[in-house]
Amino acid sequence: MAKSITQEFVKGLWAEIPPFRLVLGLCPTLAVTKSVENGLGMGAATTFVLVCSNILVSLLRNVIPDKVRIACFIIIIATFVTVVELMMQAYTYPLFLKLGIFIPLIVVNCIVLGRAEAFAAKNPVLHSLADGLGIGIGYTLALGALGAVREILGNGTFYGIHLFGSSFEPFAFMVQAPGAFVGLGLMLCMMNLMEKK
Amino acid sequence: MGDLVVLAVSCILVNNILLAQYLGNCPFLGTSKKMETATGMAFAVVFVLVMAGMMTWILNRFVLVKFDIEYLRTISFILVIAFLVQFVEMFLKKSIPALYAGLGIFLPLITTNCAVMGVCLINIKEEYNFLQALVASFSYAVGFGLALVLFAGVRERILLARVPKPLQDTSIALVTAGILSLAFYAFKGMV
Repeated sequence: MAKSITQEFVKGLWAEIPPFRLVLGLCPTLAVTKSVENGLGMGAATTFVLVCSNILVSLLRNVIPDKVRIACFIIIIATFVTVVELMMQAYTYPLFLKLGIFIPLIVVNCIVLGRAEAFAAKNPVLHSLADGLGIGIGYTLALGALGAVREILGNGTFYGIHLFGSSFEPFAFMVQAPGAFVGLGLMLCMMNLMEKK
Repeated sequence: MGDLVVLAVSCILVNNILLAQYLGNCPFLGTSKKMETATGMAFAVVFVLVMAGMMTWILNRFVLVKFDIEYLRTISFILVIAFLVQFVEMFLKKSIPALYAGLGIFLPLITTNCAVMGVCLINIKEEYNFLQALVASFSYAVGFGLALVLFAGVRERILLARVPKPLQDTSIALVTAGILSLAFYAFKGMV
């Protein structure tokens, strides 16, 4: 194992930050980032599933037969998604309603399955934990950032707090579907620009 | 009958699964570089989505609701979809090899296409009856295909254009999708 645990954690925050570096998990990225709160909530839920499934997949990596591994991974992931779903229903009900079908859809979020297949199935438990946590936090930050851009421009608020006076005309385009695509595209462009320098 | 037509139109155009509901965007960006792959994916999705829509509706109604185990919905749906895709793949390989060769690698990819899972969940959430669920699944799939093929056409043109360096590839694709989505947004007033 060439890389240390810290390195596995840090790479998720910049070098391989989803959804920018790894173009995976776009659907929830576009759908739930109408506000910072939704983005962070979704990110936290995904991180939980990512960390738990990474740990379990890594623990079972020598037991699971190679041929049926994808099916096994999906069942593991689906189990944790159900856990998150029930927990959110119990403790954060308003957020649960806002995120709607996108919570069960974490099952088909390619990031989770992608990390299980590409990383956790080949690496020891602690490394997988660090990888899951890093990627998860990176994803949360990205969702939060896109959520912030869309909420500030589209609604004139940040985390529900009004930023500008009453004369502010909200740029409603940003909170609608087209704004999600364009916003993410431009953020990706900015990441590329920063990379070059 | 009229209701079903309205439902179909709203699922294809107004609530287009890709551009208004943001589901299935990974294959949308992944397979839209070439027209050929886009059409292949579109047909595969129509095929699987209609079957998955029916199966999950039946499963939900006659198993999950009946025995009061709705919290198992996520797990059971994803299993149904995974098995269905596998089954469809084997069936096509055996009986219609030409179609199988055409769909190729897109079939297994559909398991993790969130459009399929999403539509199954929407059918349940909106409390559609069986016929409505069938129409909705088919229409969503057609809407997916329509948007995908349109987008692939646009992207083939972009290949010839001079795009600024930082905007290249995924970035310009997303901005294009935004503009396409804006066009579909105009259908909002229809239903």
